[in-house]
Amino acid sequence: MSAGPVSAGLTVTTPAAPRTRRLSGLRGTGVAGMVSAAVIALATVAAIFGPLLAPYNPNLPNLSLAWVGPGGGHLLGYDFQGRDVFSRLLAGAQSSMLGPLFVVVLSMAAGALLAVIAAWRRGAVDSVISSGLDILFAFPGILLAVLATAIFGAGLTAAAIALSIAYMPYVARVLRGVALRERSQPYVAALEVQGSSATAICLRHLIPNMTPLIVAQATIMFGWAMVDLAAISFLGLGVQPPQANWGVMISENQTGILQGYPLPALSAGVCIVAVVIAFNVLGERLFEQAAGR
Amino acid sequence: MTGPLLEVDGLTVRLDVRGAKRAVLRDVALTVHAGEALGLVGESGSGKSMTARAIDRLLPRGAEVDGTVSFDGRDVNALAGADLRRYRNQIAMIFQDPRAHVNPVRRIGDYMTEALRTNLGVSGSEASRRASDALTQVGIDSPTRRLRQYPHELSGGMLQRVMIAAALLTEPRLLLADEPTTALDVTTQAEVMAILDDLRHEFGLAMVFITHDLELAAAICDRTAVMYAGQIVEIRESARLHDDPLHPYTAALAAARPDIEATADRLVAIPGRPLSAFEAPADECGFAPRCGYARDECRAGLPEITELDGGLSRCVRAHELRGELGAPANA
Repeated sequence: MSAGPVSAGLTVTTPAAPRTRRLSGLRGTGVAGMVSAAVIALATVAAIFGPLLAPYNPNLPNLSLAWVGPGGGHLLGYDFQGRDVFSRLLAGAQSSMLGPLFVVVLSMAAGALLAVIAAWRRGAVDSVISSGLDILFAFPGILLAVLATAIFGAGLTAAAIALSIAYMPYVARVLRGVALRERSQPYVAALEVQGSSATAICLRHLIPNMTPLIVAQATIMFGWAMVDLAAISFLGLGVQPPQANWGVMISENQTGILQGYPLPALSAGVCIVAVVIAFNVLGERLFEQAAGR
Repeated sequence: MTGPLLEVDGLTVRLDVRGAKRAVLRDVALTVHAGEALGLVGESGSGKSMTARAIDRLLPRGAEVDGTVSFDGRDVNALAGADLRRYRNQIAMIFQDPRAHVNPVRRIGDYMTEALRTNLGVSGSEASRRASDALTQVGIDSPTRRLRQYPHELSGGMLQRVMIAAALLTEPRLLLADEPTTALDVTTQAEVMAILDDLRHEFGLAMVFITHDLELAAAICDRTAVMYAGQIVEIRESARLHDDPLHPYTAALAAARPDIEATADRLVAIPGRPLSAFEAPADECGFAPRCGYARDECRAGLPEITELDGGLSRCVRAHELRGELGAPANA
């Protein structure tokens, strides 16, 4: 074992490789990615601290001020009941962001689980899971959500659970492909020969190595969920007024658009569109990075 | 001494290739005793790696397995779940391409100690201590620093040594080495082989050493099995394999290796191309079309593997050809 000179010649020092890569990860998304990240950060701050930051009580109506335009410290004016629109936007951020978050977490968890099981077992198990997903694909998310609210009553929870089920096949299909590719990597076989259990290999190696794509997929999915949940709230099946929510705000102020007071409905719409685009752009960039790696 | 540690008998494996079942192994039989090293030699596609995969139950999906593999008297093919994992803890495999066989985003330390921590319940600090000892044993200096590095920071030879160290950490009883030095350059290869041989003797480990290099197998293995088209054509003590082979294929393989002491105008080659197991005819000798000694009797039926002079040969003319095969088979 005279290995001294050889190993001495092979000294390579690259400190903290993964950390540098993760940092360059966000920077590598370009200007659009950075702007998107900033918009998302802003919406997140509003979602967490919104009610505290609101300059006025978002739920206090004053009918004499209905449809009054901006001015006097009221940045975006008053809505159809004379409530401060800016305060309601801030207060509405919470339910508008929390709903999609719930949908993303639930659908990603269920989808990833099914994907990994299908990829690991392959054969008959994979066929059963894949056909089940194909059947679920047939149901549009909104339809399922309307059905759920019809059965369980209107509200964010029922709608969000129904949407999660509708989104799950999209997640599972993408992640199944990734999991299949990862599963056929030689290092997985090496771990199997080592005597590691399937659960240990999946939890410690397979899923961690899939995270870049899981994150990218979740980001894009957040945008979809936001639009769909806003639509459900707009239909009056999601968040119930007078609670503030961007979808609800568009719904309750829609008459204003025809009457010449578009600002309350439009401002809520702009919030939704901005956040959705931000999530989409960032998601696409993350996807490109994860795929190009 | 009790029975063999590993006993493979009548092993036939068929794989699903586009709907058709194709044989990749045909009637493979071999034994490995505790502490013994068996070389497994053959051309690409001869079934060397498939044999190893059958032993550690890593065959592709849909594989149809006949025959038995028994380890320490237990039928390996019947194992499932926790029993299979326990069996796999007793064997270790070293692969041809170390870089593909480690998770690239985990540190060397995580890789080396994982089996100890998760499968054998050794504490984290104890596992790290053992890992760093094992690295020292395979001649890697500053082991604690290496444990914190990632696979991409190590050279191929270094990584192969890490794999050997990791394989030995769980104190296996059988080591399957699947062309462990093929991806390495020659000087590193010699070094890795020396380490492997030393450690094997130190731990009294049994080994199945797969290679396409007859000389390399002969150098470190007690016995060598030669495979052709999914069959074992000869098993013989390594020391006598080169000079006194029992099968024309072994002789041709030995002759095809260039000799450093002789200058040849043209290197000796075996005519034709290697046959895959599924292409090989079921009723005649698979090597007959390429064999300089082939006669009609070779095409009359599939030769049985028979004992001869302490070895085994699957050649009907083995008796007649004694003494003729040692010289370069250039008929």
